[in-house]
Amino acid sequence: MVLEATLRGIRLVGDRTLRIVERIGATVAFLVMTLVHSATSFRRFDLVIREIFFAGVQSLIIILVSGLFVGMVLGLQGHETLQNYGSEQSVGVLVALSLVRELGPVVAALLFASRAGSAITAEIGLMKATEQLSAMEMMAINPIARVVAPRFWGGVISMPLLAMLFSAMGIIGGFLVAVVLIGVDDGAFWSQMQAAVDFRHDIVNGIIKSLVFGVAVSAIATFEGYEAPPTAEGVSGATTRTVVSSSLAILALDLVLTAFMLKGWN
Amino acid sequence: MERSTLNLWVGVFVLLGFFAFLVLAFKVGNLSAGGNGTTYTLIAHFDNIGQLKERAPVRSAGVLVGRVKSVRFDPVHYNAEVQMAIDTKFPFPKDTSASVLTSGILGEQYIGLDAGGDEKMLKDGDEIKLVQGAVVLERLIGQFLFNKAQDSGADKGAQK
Repeated sequence: MVLEATLRGIRLVGDRTLRIVERIGATVAFLVMTLVHSATSFRRFDLVIREIFFAGVQSLIIILVSGLFVGMVLGLQGHETLQNYGSEQSVGVLVALSLVRELGPVVAALLFASRAGSAITAEIGLMKATEQLSAMEMMAINPIARVVAPRFWGGVISMPLLAMLFSAMGIIGGFLVAVVLIGVDDGAFWSQMQAAVDFRHDIVNGIIKSLVFGVAVSAIATFEGYEAPPTAEGVSGATTRTVVSSSLAILALDLVLTAFMLKGWN
Repeated sequence: MERSTLNLWVGVFVLLGFFAFLVLAFKVGNLSAGGNGTTYTLIAHFDNIGQLKERAPVRSAGVLVGRVKSVRFDPVHYNAEVQMAIDTKFPFPKDTSASVLTSGILGEQYIGLDAGGDEKMLKDGDEIKLVQGAVVLERLIGQFLFNKAQDSGADKGAQK
């Protein structure tokens, strides 16, 4: 009796684990499919431009405003702690490095996943539920090439741009709080920042991170939409799963990428 | 939405993104401050480098002139071989000396170059012969205690 219950519990854990692994595998397989059928998106680039508008341009406001607030908070908190050590001028370094290395790519990707990723999933899911995708197949149009690939590439292209805008806006926010509001020395703020932030190791690595996050979020969002059960409930569940799994994927990938970037590849 | 409006907005977005990249590269980062300029390599052997790491600054008279390229243990001489990438804008004379210094008490370690008076300049791949390794605090304290003990011992000897 007890043994049976324990076995059932273990089986449940195994089942859940397998489901998660299967889901990851299916997402990667779908990503490969998308890449294979990507040629059309580049031959008809206006399709991608449309998706850059929906994913990138329409996320601009939330990215810029959040970046400004995050930078301001970093400026305040950084100044509060650093003044204990008499090095308030280093607040510029703190704000710039945290944004360029971590917060810019990560928070922008999290916002992007909830703002644009969920929209992509809902759109593709609803197309599937209303049998628009099947209709396309009837007309010998590959829905992955026509619907999925442009959305995927729109997301991948928008993500690094949004992350850089987030970082730049955050540094302006940090500058406003630290220099304009609190009165940290202007020259020391910028010069220490420039001495500490390396182009290749900090800025380029940040862009690489945001590119990887862009691929992950776009792949998950399009996959969840494409595989959503064609019901109202199914689409709503898929939208939720997009936000949850992309957020987890972003944070897990961030740990892996950061470890490699800081500690080297060997 | 109208095609041209769409293109306009996406164009604005992409240009904004590139502008942010330029701001990050030049205003925030050190791309303008000779970060990617041409460099030449100098080598120095130190008996102890303390906490010196790759990419640590190389300064002369307090000004950044280059960065540490690599740090490795030399199995022949049993000391540390440090390669430095120095900006080609700053040639140094042959009798320049290098020392491992610390910025502040708890700050990062860097290499300080003190220029000599030689007419000839160091070339790419040359070695700096005049070196001084890092000061190890434990040894310094040990030496201090030893001297102190010796002094008091000498005092007692003198009193007798």
